[in-house]
Amino acid sequence: MTAITGWGRYPRIEAEVTRPASIEAAARGEGLPRGNGRSYGDASLAPRAVDMMGLDRLVSFDDQTGLIVCEAGLMLSDLIDLMLPRGWFVPVTPGTKLVTIGGMVASDVHGKNHHGAGTFGEHVAWLDLALGDGRVLRCSRDENADLFAATIGGMGLTGIILTVAFAMIPVETAMVRQRRLRAPTLVHAFAAFEESLDWTYSVAWIDCLASGKDLGRSAILLGEHALAQELPAGAEPFARPAKGKKRVPIDMPGFVLGRLSVTAFNKLYYAAQRPGDMLVPIDPYFWPLDAILEWNRIYGRGGFVQYQCVLPIEASAAGYQQILAAIAAEGDASFLAVLKRMGPQGLGMLSFPMEGYTLALDFPANARNLALLDRLDAITVDHGGRIYLAKDARASVATIAAGYPRLDEFRDVRRRYGLDARFSSLLSERLHL
Amino acid sequence: MIASPVVILGARSDIGRALARGYAAKGAHVILAARGDIEADRRDLEVRSGGQPKAVAFDVTDGAPDAFFAGLGETPGTVVMVAGLLGDQDRSASDDAEAARVMATNYEGPARYLLAAARAMNGVEGGCIIGISSVAGERGRGSNYIYGSAKAGLTAFLSGLRNAQAKAGLHVMTVKPGFVATQMTAGMKLPPPLTAQPDEVAKAIIDAHEKRRDVIYVKARWRPVMAIIRAIPEGVFKKLSL
Ligand SMILES: Cc1cc2nc3c(=O)[nH]c(=O)nc-3n(C[C@H](O)[C@H](O)[C@H](O)COP(=O)(O)OP(=O)(O)OC[C@H]3O[C@@H](n4cnc5c(N)ncnc54)[C@H](O)[C@@H]3O)c2cc1C
Ligand SMILES: NC(=O)c1ccc[n+]([C@@H]2O[C@H](COP(=O)([O-])OP(=O)(O)OC[C@H]3O[C@@H](n4cnc5c(N)ncnc54)[C@H](OP(=O)(O)O)[C@@H]3O)[C@@H](O)[C@H]2O)c1
Repeated sequence: MTAITGWGRYPRIEAEVTRPASIEAAARGEGLPRGNGRSYGDASLAPRAVDMMGLDRLVSFDDQTGLIVCEAGLMLSDLIDLMLPRGWFVPVTPGTKLVTIGGMVASDVHGKNHHGAGTFGEHVAWLDLALGDGRVLRCSRDENADLFAATIGGMGLTGIILTVAFAMIPVETAMVRQRRLRAPTLVHAFAAFEESLDWTYSVAWIDCLASGKDLGRSAILLGEHALAQELPAGAEPFARPAKGKKRVPIDMPGFVLGRLSVTAFNKLYYAAQRPGDMLVPIDPYFWPLDAILEWNRIYGRGGFVQYQCVLPIEASAAGYQQILAAIAAEGDASFLAVLKRMGPQGLGMLSFPMEGYTLALDFPANARNLALLDRLDAITVDHGGRIYLAKDARASVATIAAGYPRLDEFRDVRRRYGLDARFSSLLSERLHL
Repeated sequence: MIASPVVILGARSDIGRALARGYAAKGAHVILAARGDIEADRRDLEVRSGGQPKAVAFDVTDGAPDAFFAGLGETPGTVVMVAGLLGDQDRSASDDAEAARVMATNYEGPARYLLAAARAMNGVEGGCIIGISSVAGERGRGSNYIYGSAKAGLTAFLSGLRNAQAKAGLHVMTVKPGFVATQMTAGMKLPPPLTAQPDEVAKAIIDAHEKRRDVIYVKARWRPVMAIIRAIPEGVFKKLSL
C-alpha cells in the first residue's frame, strides 16, 4: 500500500499501485490508470491504481508529417527535451510539462492557444485503449468513434490508454516572442483578448485583490513561437538556458502565499508598462512553475484546491463580474488568477473547454474557502458554465450534471463496454460519472 | 571517451533501459541484450537517437558466452553487465534449485560473460567493462546473503579483472548502486535519502565511465553507511536482525 494524492495534496488515499513495464502487462492492468499525478483533486485516485510511468517508449516519428506515436506514460518534459532540438513542439501544452501524454489525453488538456488550436485531444490521430477485459481497441474518429470521444477527456474511466498517435508542430526556435499588455479592468481584459485572437498564445493574470472600479485589473501576455530570423545574430536557435531548480523546502504557512502572489502580480503588471515585444525562453514562458519543485507545498500541510470554470462567451462579462466580486469580498483572500479565451467545444464528451472564458485560481483547502467555492459554482451554473474535472475535488453532482450535457452519453458508453464495473476513481464515485 | 558499440547485458531492466538511453544520447552505438522481447526498447532508442541500435538474445546462465560475443558480428567497445536476480532469501535457503539460480545469475554467469567479453575485446581501444554489483556484497546479512554472497563474488571478480587488465589498457569499473527504485524493489519500503532513480544511476555510471573511475557508489551517502556496517564487530553483528 502506498499513499497517493493529486497535485493539490487533498484528498489522500492508501492505494495498491502496480507499475507495468510493458504494453502487454499494462493491457492486463487492473485499476485506475494514473500518470504523474498532476491533476489537482481526486481524478487520479482509487484504491487500486495502475502507474503508467514505466511505459515511456517512443514507437515512431515521421519527420515529414510530424506524426509521433508513443506509449502513454511518456512524460511531456522528456518528449520536449528530445524533439525541440530537432525543431518540433507539441500542438498543445498545459502549464506544466511534468505530465504524461496519457494524462493529457484523459484530461483533454488545453493551453494558451486553445482559441486557435483546440484541446490536445483534437490533435490525437488515434489511440490504443485496453478495456480491462482483455480487449485492446484502436480508437479514432473513424474506428470505435464512441470510445474515442468518451476517452478524450474521459478521466481514465474508459480504460487504460496504452499508445497515442498525435501530430507535432514545427518550430524554428526555442524562444517565444511575447507582448505584454495592461488591462485596468475586466472589460478592458475581454476587449484585449478579442482583439488578440490572431495571436497563437494568450493568457491574462488577474489581481483578485482589486475590487470596485479596479475589478479585473490584469496583465495580458501574448505570444508567438519566435522565428529564427528574430533571434540575435549568432544565437543558437534551440538553446535552452540551464534551469536552476529551486525546491520549496518545507510546508509554508498560508499567509506567505498572499504576499508572494501579490508581489508576483505587481511585477507582471508594472513591467507591462514597458512597450514592445520581448523574446522569452520557452520554459519560463509555458511552464513557469516547473522551475520550483514541489511548489504545491507553499500551501502548507492542509493542501489546496484549484478552482477552474469556463463560462460561455455571451455570459462571460456578467458572470465574471459576479465571480471576481465574490472572491474580492473574501477580505483576507489574496489570490492570483489566470483568465483565458477559449475556442469552440471539441469532440470529447466530457471535454472541459467551450467557447468563452476560463478562470483558474488556487485556494488553501479550508472551510471558509470551500464555502466560497460553492458560491462560485452557483454563479457558474447560472451562467451556463462548467468546472474542470482535472482540477476538482469538491463540486456537487448537480453542478457537474448541469455543466456537462453529454454526461449521459458518456455513461452509456461506459455501460455498453462494461467499463463502469472495471474503472472508477474517487472522482467518478463522488460525481456519479 | 566512450567506445562503441556499448553492449548492455540485461537491457530490459529499469537500470539497463536508462543506461541504453543515456549512452545513445551521448552518440554511442548501443546493442541491447536481453532474454525477453526487447523490440519496443530497440525501436524507442532508434527514434530517440536516430542511430541504429541492435537487439540480441541473451541469457546470462546459458553457459555459452564466447558464442554470444562471436555472434555480435562486431567487437564491443564497452560491455555493461546489468543482469541480476534478487530472488527470495527464504526460498533460496530451502530450495537448492532456487539458490543455484540466484548464484548463477549474480556471480557465475556474469563472471563468465565478462571473462568472455575481455577475450573478445582484446586490444580494443578505450575499452571498458562495467559490472553492476551491490552493497549487499560488502557484508552478508541474514535477510539476503545468497544474493549478497554472489554479489560479493562479483565484486571480487571485478577487482581482479581490473587488476589483470590494467596493463592491457582495458578499464574495469565496479558499480554499487545502493537502493534503486526498480522492478526488483517494487513494493519494498526503501528509505528515500538512500534510494536512487534508474536515471540517476545511469547518469552516475556514464559520468564515472567517462572519468575512468574504478569503484563507485551512486549516492555518496552509502560510503559512510557501509563503512559503519563493515565496522560492526561480528559478535554484535550476528545478533542484529538485518
Ligand atoms: C502547474 C499545473 C498547471 C496545469 N496547467 C494546465 C493547463 O494549462 N491546462 C490544462 O488543461 N490542465 C492543466 N493542468 C492539469 C494537468 O495538465 C492535467 O491534470 C493532466 O491530466 C495531468 O497529467 P498526469 O499525467 O499527471 O495525469 P494524472 O494526474 O495522474 O491523471 C489525470 C487523469 O488522467 C487519467 N489518466 C492518466 N493516465 C492515463 C492513461 N494512460 N490512460 C487513461 N487515463 C489516464 C487518470 O485516471 C486521471 O483521471 C495543470 C496542472 C498543474 C499541476
Ligand atoms: N534495484 C536495486 O535496489 C539494486 C541495488 C543494487 C544492485 N542492483 C543490481 O542492478 C541490476 C539491475 O537490476 P534492476 O534493479 O534494474 O532490476 P530488474 O529490473 O529486476 O533487472 C534485473 C534484470 O536482470 C535480468 N535477468 C535476470 N535473469 C537473467 C538471465 N538468466 N539472463 C539474462 N537476464 C537476466 C532480468 O531480465 P528479465 O527482464 O528478462 O527478467 C532483468 O532485466 C541487477 O544486477 C541488480 O542486482 C539493483
